[in-house]
Amino acid sequence: MYDTGKIVGGLVIFVVLMTSPLWYNALTAAPAEAPKLDQPPNGSKECVEPRDYMRAYHMDLLNEWRDDVVRNGKRDYASTANGRTFDMSLTRTCLDCHSNKVEFCDRCHTYMAVDPYCWDCHVEPKEAP
Amino acid sequence: MLEKALSGSRTYWAWIFSLLVVIGVGAACWYWQFTEGLTITGLSRDVVWGFYIAQFTFLVGVAASAVMVVLPYYLHNYKAFGKITILGEFLAIAAVIMCMTFIFVDMGMPIRILNVFLYPTPHSMMFWDTVALGGYLVLNVLISRITLSAERRGDPPPGWIKPIIILSIPWAVSIHTVTAFLYAGLAARPFWLTAILAPRFLASAFAAGPALLILLAFVVRRVSDFDAGQQAIRTLSTIVTYAMLANVFFVAMELFTALYSDIPEHVSHFTFLFMGLEGEATLAPWMWTSVVLAVVALVLLLNPSTRKNETSLIVACVAVFASLWIDKGLGMVIAGFVPSPLGKVVHYWPTAPELAISLAIWAGGLLIVTGLYKIALEVRGQVRHN
Amino acid sequence: MDASRRNFLKIAGLSLVGAAGGSAVIARGTEPAGAASGHRSDQPRTGPRLAMVIDLRKFGRDDELLKRCISACHEAHNVPDFGDDRKNEIKWIWTEEFEAAFHSEEFHYLRADLQGKPTLLLCNHCDNPPCTRVCPTQATWKRESDGIVMMDWHRCIGCRYCIVACPYGSRSFNWTDPRPHIASPNPAFPTRMRGVVEKCTFCEERLARGRQPACVEVCTNDEIVFGDLNDPESKVRQLLAERLAIRRKPGLGTEPEVYYIVEDPRTLIEVAPAAVVSDAVENDHA
Repeated sequence: MYDTGKIVGGLVIFVVLMTSPLWYNALTAAPAEAPKLDQPPNGSKECVEPRDYMRAYHMDLLNEWRDDVVRNGKRDYASTANGRTFDMSLTRTCLDCHSNKVEFCDRCHTYMAVDPYCWDCHVEPKEAP
Repeated sequence: MLEKALSGSRTYWAWIFSLLVVIGVGAACWYWQFTEGLTITGLSRDVVWGFYIAQFTFLVGVAASAVMVVLPYYLHNYKAFGKITILGEFLAIAAVIMCMTFIFVDMGMPIRILNVFLYPTPHSMMFWDTVALGGYLVLNVLISRITLSAERRGDPPPGWIKPIIILSIPWAVSIHTVTAFLYAGLAARPFWLTAILAPRFLASAFAAGPALLILLAFVVRRVSDFDAGQQAIRTLSTIVTYAMLANVFFVAMELFTALYSDIPEHVSHFTFLFMGLEGEATLAPWMWTSVVLAVVALVLLLNPSTRKNETSLIVACVAVFASLWIDKGLGMVIAGFVPSPLGKVVHYWPTAPELAISLAIWAGGLLIVTGLYKIALEVRGQVRHN
Repeated sequence: MDASRRNFLKIAGLSLVGAAGGSAVIARGTEPAGAASGHRSDQPRTGPRLAMVIDLRKFGRDDELLKRCISACHEAHNVPDFGDDRKNEIKWIWTEEFEAAFHSEEFHYLRADLQGKPTLLLCNHCDNPPCTRVCPTQATWKRESDGIVMMDWHRCIGCRYCIVACPYGSRSFNWTDPRPHIASPNPAFPTRMRGVVEKCTFCEERLARGRQPACVEVCTNDEIVFGDLNDPESKVRQLLAERLAIRRKPGLGTEPEVYYIVEDPRTLIEVAPAAVVSDAVENDHA
């Protein structure tokens, strides 16, 4: 082809730039620490669902709660794990136990570079002084 | 073929660059609007739709007007429109993209725009408007691409494009009808609650669109070897004349119904537009200008000698376009909100950022028109290389 | 081309008729689950038909109760306070002069006590709501379970079409971030963010817990009564059976469910006669 040198050279530069996060981090960064989440300040040991389920599916659970409460007027959630009934509310149920949003919710979210905008509307609990 | 838009003379690139500057300023203003909210516009609790939606409403008409060249050429074999049809289709593409962009910048939560497709709502006219506009864009992109490629190869276009072209004709009518349906079915807004709104929209579209096309054809003739041909221009100007007459007639019909019935909630909006209400008369000079421009345009268009003379035709087309832009854009949309359903008179005027964003979208449309026209001219070997 | 042109014109004509008829059918007929549905009052409705009766006889002109109703609602629901900023203001419940509230009913010789009378306005939770008909995403819709014209702030795209369609001015838009304008947010209820439309939701979160709407809760003498019109024993049913009540813009067919008792205050024998008479006498000289 024409201009082989320029094309291959450009491609090499492109690949190097595009993969830079991988090789840069491999060469320089310390091994990433898994985020440590604080336990609920009120000592509660049981969540709405088991921990592993919540880790994987809390986003879907919250979406279901959102639609059930807002669109269907249904507010009672029967937990499949422990049989208890919960009020489907982010602020009043989830954050009732996990009132340490910064040490709990934000730790994972920041680590994963996830920015859910729930908090633009749902009121965060005030940090304990 | 797209690469043909990426080469050009110094004038070409100077023009592109100035458009990009305008777009850049508007984009910065839009980012500010995205973070601050629509409070940076002149909109308020009572006037919730303003300049952006007015531009959208006007431009849907321009987009629909491509049918005025497509129908005679493809349905009635009107050979004189052979050269200008592609310009009409390209103008439609640019206009539809401008419409969509104006809606996008008007939304409070633009990142959620896909909700319209994730939760389709057949009883909402806005849903159908997005379907209609999206479909019209696809149709015109497909049609213009296939016909221009065929022209480039020197072949007739493939047979299967014919029914698609025919489909674009009622589809063009439908995009502006459904946009009128946004307004004409609202019990809350007696100013818009009129059966003649859709016909009025179409009439003004078929006047303003072809007027713009005539002007663009002259501009393109000035900067290239393209010539639409005298007969094409003459026929288009006849179309503009009849459409403008129909539009003025329809407006007169609206005025009669409102003023003769003397029902306050119908009269008050016209009073606001032409004379002002409770001291709020911002739009009055604009509306009277629109009337004067319409009269001037019709005088020049109805008289055969001034319609056939290119200079006076240009004046007439500019007058038509400006008059209808005021009437359909500023006049029709804003007056629907003043007075409010509670009888309040509220002031609305676009703010500078609102205008900058709107100007940027217009510049974007001109950019698309420029690029697409350049491609068409290159294909026809009509670009002037000096 | 001649033969196919004829065919085309035939098909086009039929399609136009079909499209015109079809679009009208679609516009009124198709209802995805949970979407808006209109009911005229002559159509029987299953489930509750929530309504509110506002007894204008029991509100004075400078009544503290008016302010308390508004603050109860706005504080409970984190409605931002923009002060005198008419451009950005958000209100779920507010007062207008009687002539503006009932804009098509005003006339010169309106009874003295009603002239200029501050009247509480809110979303009417119409039975045939035009706002839900136009929403392109069903972010506002009429909930089948309780008839409340509800808002889903997660789904709203902020197109403001519902505001355009509402004949009563009941809806507000968040032109900017409301949080800086909320003095002390109520943590039990979310705020909204810039870019969505909001309005009264008949306190559905309170109704779910067996309470009355906030504005009703601050009333001590049935100034505002709330209930189910489909329940023949309800207070709202009784009031409408006994008293003359009007609705806003009834001719539009929206079937608003907020009723205003407009009888002469002198029909109120429960209220201290002196207060009632002096109010009427004062205004007779107006």
